[in-house]
Amino acid sequence: MAGLATTFGSGAMTNSINEIPYSKVLFVIGSNATEAHPIIGTKMKQALARGAKLVVADPRKIELAEKADLWLRLRPGTDIPLINGIMNIILANGWEDKAFIAERTEEFEKFKENIQKFPPEVVSKITGVPVEQMVEAARIYATAERAQIFYTLGITEHTHGTDNVMTLANLAMLTGNVGKENSGVNPLRGQNNVQGACDMGALPNVYPGYQNVTSAAARVKFEEAWGRPLNEKLGYTIPDMFDAAVKKELKAMYIMGEDPVLTDADANHVRHALESLDFLVVQDIFMSETAKLADVILPGASFAEKTGTFTNTERRVQMVNKAIEPIGNSKADWEIICAVANRLGGAFTYESPEAVMKEVAALTPQYGGITYARLGNKGLQWPVPTAEHPGTKFLHEGKFSRGKGLFMVIDYKLPDELPDEEYPLLLSSGRKLQHYNVMTRNSKALDAHAPEELAEINPEDAKRLGIEDGERVKVASRRGELETKVKVTDRVLPGMLWMTLHYKESPTNVLTNAAYDPITKTYEYKVCGVKVSKLG
Amino acid sequence: MEWITLTIDGRTVTVPKGTTVLEACRMNDIKIPTLCHDPELTPAGSCRLCVVEIEGMRNLPPSCVTQATQGMVVSTHNKKVREARKTILELLVANHPLDCMTCQKMGDCSLAEYAYEYEVTGSVFQGEKRQLPLDDSNPFILRDPNKCILCGKCVRVCEEIQGKSVLDFSFRGFNTQVGPAFNVPYSESECVFCGSCVAVCPVGALTEKEMKGKGRPWEVEKVQTTCPFCGTGCNFDLNVKDGKVIGVTSNPEAPVNGRHLCVKGRFGIDMVHSPNRITEPLIKKDGEFVPASWDEALDLVASKLGAAKDNYGADAIAILSSARCTNEENFLMQKLARAVIGTNNIDHCART
Repeated sequence: MAGLATTFGSGAMTNSINEIPYSKVLFVIGSNATEAHPIIGTKMKQALARGAKLVVADPRKIELAEKADLWLRLRPGTDIPLINGIMNIILANGWEDKAFIAERTEEFEKFKENIQKFPPEVVSKITGVPVEQMVEAARIYATAERAQIFYTLGITEHTHGTDNVMTLANLAMLTGNVGKENSGVNPLRGQNNVQGACDMGALPNVYPGYQNVTSAAARVKFEEAWGRPLNEKLGYTIPDMFDAAVKKELKAMYIMGEDPVLTDADANHVRHALESLDFLVVQDIFMSETAKLADVILPGASFAEKTGTFTNTERRVQMVNKAIEPIGNSKADWEIICAVANRLGGAFTYESPEAVMKEVAALTPQYGGITYARLGNKGLQWPVPTAEHPGTKFLHEGKFSRGKGLFMVIDYKLPDELPDEEYPLLLSSGRKLQHYNVMTRNSKALDAHAPEELAEINPEDAKRLGIEDGERVKVASRRGELETKVKVTDRVLPGMLWMTLHYKESPTNVLTNAAYDPITKTYEYKVCGVKVSKLG
Repeated sequence: MEWITLTIDGRTVTVPKGTTVLEACRMNDIKIPTLCHDPELTPAGSCRLCVVEIEGMRNLPPSCVTQATQGMVVSTHNKKVREARKTILELLVANHPLDCMTCQKMGDCSLAEYAYEYEVTGSVFQGEKRQLPLDDSNPFILRDPNKCILCGKCVRVCEEIQGKSVLDFSFRGFNTQVGPAFNVPYSESECVFCGSCVAVCPVGALTEKEMKGKGRPWEVEKVQTTCPFCGTGCNFDLNVKDGKVIGVTSNPEAPVNGRHLCVKGRFGIDMVHSPNRITEPLIKKDGEFVPASWDEALDLVASKLGAAKDNYGADAIAILSSARCTNEENFLMQKLARAVIGTNNIDHCART
């Protein structure tokens, strides 16, 4: 998100989901859309049926890789050299969009100079991608009438995730593939409302609408609205919180609807941090691994039991409509938050979520024209600055949110922890189709269908380790160990192990590395060293 | 755009060039029965139920695959047309099971609706019934091949919308069936259980397994809402009966996804009523969670957070908000952190 905010001025998907079926060229990198965003995946396949070209860059043989015109099977963590190498080829062939670069961007010369350090032959050795495939990718993407980039956590969950994103932004600007229909840079956001939670300022550095807490003007605006003096100091990000808890600088936490013990990297560190707190209150609908550590659990309500809005990956704000009453003695989360706030001296006198949205609209420029009545059953795509504004299908038309698009000089950095003699396999992690994070295990039907982890290991490694398909093994990293069943498959490269985050019985994040991107503080879920051994 | 003027049932109507006769009728609120037609899918023209009479044409052409032309004169409900449709329906009903009273599709079945409208008796032709085993090999979709009318919509939706091509026709004539290759059960096929085949099936051949016996269409209240799983933002209808969500059906009005969903959105919402739900406030006493009243729990939370702030300052408290909760809740949570507690220590897993 920070990557696109820096280069374009807005950290959101530039285009819309329903532009996908009409795309000419799709470049999908670090995104397993048919499993992690299935409906977006189907729309990509519809584009293929209409004759679109698909280039996929992914270490795993995912469904889209099998359907692609060109599959770049790069080594995990080598996205920057790959893209820089492709841009080197584009420049060498004169395929860049000179008019776009001149009119819409800045800092091109510095960027161009850096790209000379990435000749295709050198890049090929780093990435494992043959030169001719890079040339073909450059040709397909750069010479297309319109091309779209799609990425997900395969790009961001690295210690250099922000750099990865900015490299992709460079590629789009170099070829003028942004600011038009069917042409842009599209991060496919993970959770149902991760876009909205960011928009609402559930972040330590910004108020709603990405207004900086360190900006005096923004602070005054919110102090006036809320009638309270506000703290000038940047808050803790998630990794900071856990570090501060271990150091006893953080004393109490209130966690709503998250299970960091399962979903954050280096789970043993997270558990230790939460156990170090004086007081932990967890608000959730299920007894999560995190809730088990709480002093108090407040039972929230599921999406079916409350009214509100979610904002999807294409910035579409949509209604969540209450269908049933909260189960048992649980309460809608907004009511619980109000009750806590009022007991602490706040005056949260909202009679409904709609009343909250009125305040959101008044304080958040992108949501300025949003009301429940206008959302109806179709929603609106932000920015919606005024009550008459129809919403925005794609961003940066004619002008970037920040004015000119900013080319960045991006160098190749290695992942924080690569395999070595002791931990010789590279562990990467992700989601599979049948589950969404850890919550869907509570669906009887889904759990019956996909009840256990199946860690993917290449046949070469399985043979060397004497492991059979379906066997249970031990996997260990420097941080922890677990047991899991394995699936022997060439979906993964030799030397690689791939696991999901869905199963508390095989909690992958006890293994993962909590090293993080310096800007976004996103953990490096996608690369760490592990060893696999037979049980017993 | 070029426009075509034609006459339908004595009415003069004007439609864009390239419109089929069926579309022209539907644009003008003239009802035409269809079983194999779907506006999202390529026309098959196989069920023949949409036949109409067009002056100058031999036989009765199916309107779904007949282009409207300038000056065309169409009759959609005369005796000849209605008789033809009735015969087609009689033929379908002749080998269709008539266990409608226990069929999950009752009240939402196109075949039953048209049979009623065209006064089909079921006694015109005495057909053989198929006796094929049900496919209940998976937790999501119940397939009753005996009720299949071979309209092929599931075959086309699987190929054209989902890009999976799991389903196709097999065998011939009376023995024709629709299913995965080599007639394996769904669970052994490449099916990903998106359920689009269920969404388009006009009869009771493909139904949601979990909804069986839970409620009739007319008893169910449908509430459009937004899926709580990934960031795509699909919309669907929660099917509610007696204060309980009994399942999910897709809604063609959904702006992002139309009628199409993935296995999680369509079949995973039973988690709402999971026995694992926490249904009352809990306070840990001597290492065990003990049920508490809301006042007791909220008072404890407020006193502990208040004490942490008094003793160590507002920055000794941190809040994790949630990318699974609503915008309104996230807004309130950050306002609680900033305007009530007095800290910017608020974050959520924006990064995963």
